[in-house]
Amino acid sequence: MSGKDKLPIFPSRGAQTMMKGRLMGAQKGHSLLKKKADALQMRFRLILGKIIQTKTLMGEVMKEAAFSLAEAKFTTGDFNQVVLQNVTKAQIKIRTKKDNVAGVTLPVFESYQDGTDTYELAGLARGGQQLAKLKKNYQTAIKLLVELASLQTSFVTLDDVIKITNRRVNAIEHVIIPRIEKTLAYIISELDELEREEFYRLKKIQDKKKISNKKKEQLKKDMKEANAKYGNMLDEGDEDLLF
Amino acid sequence: MAMHSAVKGKLLAVIGDEDTCVGFLLGGVGEINKHRHSNFMVVDKNTAIIDIEECFKGFVKRDDIDIILINQNVAEMIRHVIEGHTQPIPAVLEIPSKDHPYDASKDSILRRAKGMFNPEDV
Repeated sequence: MSGKDKLPIFPSRGAQTMMKGRLMGAQKGHSLLKKKADALQMRFRLILGKIIQTKTLMGEVMKEAAFSLAEAKFTTGDFNQVVLQNVTKAQIKIRTKKDNVAGVTLPVFESYQDGTDTYELAGLARGGQQLAKLKKNYQTAIKLLVELASLQTSFVTLDDVIKITNRRVNAIEHVIIPRIEKTLAYIISELDELEREEFYRLKKIQDKKKISNKKKEQLKKDMKEANAKYGNMLDEGDEDLLF
Repeated sequence: MAMHSAVKGKLLAVIGDEDTCVGFLLGGVGEINKHRHSNFMVVDKNTAIIDIEECFKGFVKRDDIDIILINQNVAEMIRHVIEGHTQPIPAVLEIPSKDHPYDASKDSILRRAKGMFNPEDV
C-alpha cells in the first residue's frame, strides 16, 4: 500500500466526497457491465448450440447435394466445363441486416433471389429433372450456409465482445474499486489525523490561556496587596491646595 | 433497415474442387464482374498452395464478398491463412467436399468453441 495502490490526491473533505462519488460510479458501472456480460454470454451459448446443430445438418445437406450432382452427371453427361464457363451474374445475393444485443451490433445475412437463372436451359436435352433437383438441393444448401455464416459471424463478434467486457468487469472489480477504496481509507485516516491535531491544539491553547489568566490574576492580587500595605505612592495624605 | 436496402447485395465466394464449384454455380452464386474476376476458384490436385492463398486473400479483400465457402480439405492446406483471418466479415465457412466428409474437429470456429462447449453433448 504505497503510492501505487491509491490515487495521487490531496486528502480533504472535498476529495473525500469526490472519491465517494467515484466509488459509487464504479460500483454502478461494474454491476451494469456484469449484466451486459451475462446477456452476451446467454446469447453466445444460444448461438453456439445453433452453430453445432446447423453444422451437423449442413453435413447431411451437402452430402445429399453432392449425391444429386453425381446423379445429374450420370444422366446428362459431364457438364462441369459448360457450367464453369457460362458464369455471368449471381442469382443469389446476400443482404446484411443488423441485430442488436446489449449494444453490440451483430450482422445477420439473408439470401435473396436476384435476376434470372443463368442455367435455365441446362439439361434441356437430357436429365432436366435431375438438374432441377440438383439446383434445388444446392439452393437449399446455400440458404443453410448463409444462415450458418451469420451464426458464425455473430459467434466471432460476440466472442470478442465478451472477452472485452469480461476484461473490463475484472478490471473494475480487482483494480479500480480497491484503488478507490484505498484512497478513501487514506483520506479518512488523514482527516482523522488532522482532527486529532486540531483538538490537541485547541486544548493546548486553552491550557496556555488558563496559565496566563492565572498569572494576570496573581499580578492583580499582588498589586492590591501592595497597595493596601504601602498605600499609593502619589497619595501622601496632604491636604488639597486650592488657590 | 431502410438504409441497408439501398446497399446492393453481396456475393458468396467459393473455393473448392470442381464438383463443389459446379454445384454452387448451378445453385446460382457465380458472378464475373466487369474486371473479369470471378468469385469462385476451382482447386484440383495441380493447384499450387500459394495460388489458393492468394485467391483467398483476394476474396477477403474484395468488399462485395460477405461469405467465403471453402472446402475443408482445401482449408486444411491454407489453415494458417484462415486462422489469421479474424474479422467477422467476410465469414469463412468450411464445407465438406464430395470425397472428404466433414470433420468437426478441424474446423477453426469449432476449435475456438471447444473448451467452452463440447460438440458431442448438444
